Amino acid sequence: MTTEIQARAPASLFRRSSLQPALVSVLSWLYLIVIYAFIFLPVAVLVLFSFQDGRLPVPPFNGFSLQWYETVFADRKLMAALTNSFLVAILSSILACLLGFLAAYALARYRLPGSALQRGLLIAPMTVSYLIIALGMLAMLNTLRIPLSLWTVGIGHVVINLPLCFAIIYASMGDHHINIERAARDLGANDFKVMALVTAPMLMPSILAAFFLSVTFSWDEFIIAFLLSRFDVTLPVEIWSMLRSGLNPKTNAVGSLVFLVSVAVLLVLELALFGRSRKP
Amino acid sequence: MSTASLEQSERRKAWGFVAPALLWTVAFFVLPFLYMAAMSLWSRQGREIVRVWNLDNYVRFFTESALLRGLTNSLEITLTVTVLSVLLAYPLAWIIAERVPKRWQRMALILAILPFWTSYVVRSYSWLLVLSKGGVINQALTGIGLIAEPLEIASNRTATIIGFVHFFVMLLTLTIYSNLIQLSPNYRRAAADLGANAFQTFWHIVLPLTLPGIMTGAFLTFVLCIGDYITPQILGGNNELVLPQIIMLQIGRRADFPMAAALSIILMLAVTAAYALCARWLKIERA
Amino acid sequence: MTASVSIRNATKTFGSFRALDDVSLDIDAGEFIVLLGPSGCGKTTLLSILGGFMTPTAGSVEIGGRDMTGVPPARRPTTTMFQDYALFPHMRLVDNVGFGLRMRGMGRAEREDKASDFLDLVRLKASAQKKPHELSGGQKQRVALARALAVDPDVLLLDEPLGALDLKLRRQMQDELKAIQKRVGTTFVHVTHDQEEAMAIADRIVVMNQGRVEDYGPPSDIYMRPKSLFSAGFMGEVNFLQGQVTEAAKDHAHVATPIGPIMLSSANFTGTRPASGDRVTLCIRPEHFCASDNQSAIRLGEAEVTGSAFFGTHFRCHLLPVAARDVSLVAHMPQSARVAAGDRIPLAVDPTAVTVLPVA
Repeated sequence: MTTEIQARAPASLFRRSSLQPALVSVLSWLYLIVIYAFIFLPVAVLVLFSFQDGRLPVPPFNGFSLQWYETVFADRKLMAALTNSFLVAILSSILACLLGFLAAYALARYRLPGSALQRGLLIAPMTVSYLIIALGMLAMLNTLRIPLSLWTVGIGHVVINLPLCFAIIYASMGDHHINIERAARDLGANDFKVMALVTAPMLMPSILAAFFLSVTFSWDEFIIAFLLSRFDVTLPVEIWSMLRSGLNPKTNAVGSLVFLVSVAVLLVLELALFGRSRKP
Repeated sequence: MSTASLEQSERRKAWGFVAPALLWTVAFFVLPFLYMAAMSLWSRQGREIVRVWNLDNYVRFFTESALLRGLTNSLEITLTVTVLSVLLAYPLAWIIAERVPKRWQRMALILAILPFWTSYVVRSYSWLLVLSKGGVINQALTGIGLIAEPLEIASNRTATIIGFVHFFVMLLTLTIYSNLIQLSPNYRRAAADLGANAFQTFWHIVLPLTLPGIMTGAFLTFVLCIGDYITPQILGGNNELVLPQIIMLQIGRRADFPMAAALSIILMLAVTAAYALCARWLKIERA
Repeated sequence: MTASVSIRNATKTFGSFRALDDVSLDIDAGEFIVLLGPSGCGKTTLLSILGGFMTPTAGSVEIGGRDMTGVPPARRPTTTMFQDYALFPHMRLVDNVGFGLRMRGMGRAEREDKASDFLDLVRLKASAQKKPHELSGGQKQRVALARALAVDPDVLLLDEPLGALDLKLRRQMQDELKAIQKRVGTTFVHVTHDQEEAMAIADRIVVMNQGRVEDYGPPSDIYMRPKSLFSAGFMGEVNFLQGQVTEAAKDHAHVATPIGPIMLSSANFTGTRPASGDRVTLCIRPEHFCASDNQSAIRLGEAEVTGSAFFGTHFRCHLLPVAARDVSLVAHMPQSARVAAGDRIPLAVDPTAVTVLPVA
């Protein structure tokens, strides 16, 4: 019976095996071209027309000019927003990583009552839209008559990044580290020395990953920064207010700068951090 | 006695370590959220918030068509975006994982998500450059004489959807790709060994096994998409408002915080419903 | 269903590395063959070539007399049982086992009937509706076997399927595999690095090292009359004793060794025929040293016990022959032997159990 089935199969399979791969291959490459074009179209247009020698960032391209980059660097408010964004991102990420690390350490290494509930609570903000988190905080701050500032933005960013940092660091805190920590304690290190000299260095890759992810999210976050700030604003909020002037090559220039700097940082990280760890 | 006190001091230390994170989450997330939930049951008179418990805001939501329309717009757009993004991202992830040579895969993936690194606000804006009346597409089409009048493709639902899909294709490509390369090659070998052709292997083995990755990505897309204000605000025009836009209107021009709070709760319920629907795929079975 | 397998001069290179070096092998229909060797010896490469997952750089494979070069796995009369079982995690057992039949276009009812017959064969019929993650390691292994057999392959390829199981379960599965193979009659080609497992299940063992076949034959031949030093060492503990042929006759030869002259029959020479003056290595397993009052034993003087340990079935002793104190030997003494470090005991060997090979 089997031989019969096998004898029947080859005829139809032969045709497929010679034709099909070639067809799939051609279709694959076509699809790649189309989808990469879709993905890159807006970015390409953005960067191209940031060099526009004219007032409108749309075709025709009038010629190459760096004038819009000059106006960006001359714009005090924009530069201030850039600094603000940087400060908020770095500081809120450091705090989120620190709180996340301590909580992960306690929940992974000690038996605490209701630890599942505590984990759930720490992760909870991840499942709620940023808009709702921002609204809640805004309502509360208004009622308590606490003025909005970069500090309140930073507090909001710690709220959204803490779950992320906690989850990443908690996941990497395997049981196989326990004995290394015990060894350190056995040799006379106190809790803080164990944490600082043994646990944190062992977990450095995941702590760094949490930190950089957190910086990325904070840097690009709009709605919390928009609702919880007043006079000093972050870069996305400043860019948002620039949009009111409609299509403007200056906006292209800012956007291109953010993009190119991010890609440069990404490349450096890829080469410095991950390039090294990938070698056995 | 010594062991008991040792245990107690250990436990006290542990509480000291979790306390800051817990307090932060309670103070700046749980309490504000509860406060907002309470506020959704109050109402506004003039510029004052009246703390009288009632369901007026929710009743208004279901009776005022402009408000209800916000939810249906949000749901329609979000579902369209989620489905389109999965349909576009899956082949891309599959091609990168299966067709692109191993040494180029990382490169192909980094390229596929490179525009992630533009600012979110700027990404929507750059679609305006492409889609607006004087934008790249219209100029190109009129230039080659395919159309006489510029098309209305910006400032409407289509533009919003294009902007969203662009973002979420990148996200989904990541989640689906990582799911695909985690599959043991032995599954595919076993299927081929038992007589499955390439299509059958894909349909019976690869696709079902990547369903968790698809559902995780789709749920993430749903959550981020339905809560987003920027993309519809920049690309959508002002004819069809989505829920976040209406919420922002309440706290901006109308200063109606209780209504904004009620709408936020409704938005959250929509996300919860989506989670309940996806939950059975979000957990992964292992062999 | 069953078929013979014939491998002709198969070579597989990865860059400059020769994973498989000119291997030729004939397997009879219905045989249980074990490919045995250390990791990296080429046994898995050979199995992949039989399964069609790899194509040999040179050489050819015939199954049931048909040339299989370039035939994809799906169209070969072989199925593979993978090391990690590769059970499809989203399918019930009955669907896993029925998968190959479904791919062959068999209808649902018939397919589920047949699948449940094969689940019955591996004693898992009651679990047909379960999913793989609900099973223990041994059960998964049996499902994988049922799935591979359900399509009536001529040749079943098993890639270290027992590696992940604990010792007791492994023994049990070895017996079960052997019994099922006898029942279905399919040719089994089984890869392992465990020589005890190989001896427990194989009709014939293929010992491989560095991409080559070192030895090929029934377990007892491989153990008692290894054809290479590697094969002798891999199959179990062995004492290597250097020697020189002093006199070669038609049916026997005299060999001079550091612990005295030994006369051996030419059947003991599994390599080349003995010739006077040849430098040779004698392979003597620890259990082949025997009491000197044995009629056929060759006496080799006295040896000093330097250490001994009780192993249950025997005492394992380290010995230094008095005649040559630079030679260290390991011998098994009976349970009843009372030996202690420092004792002197008479040394003798059963001449039929000695194997003589050319010096490496």
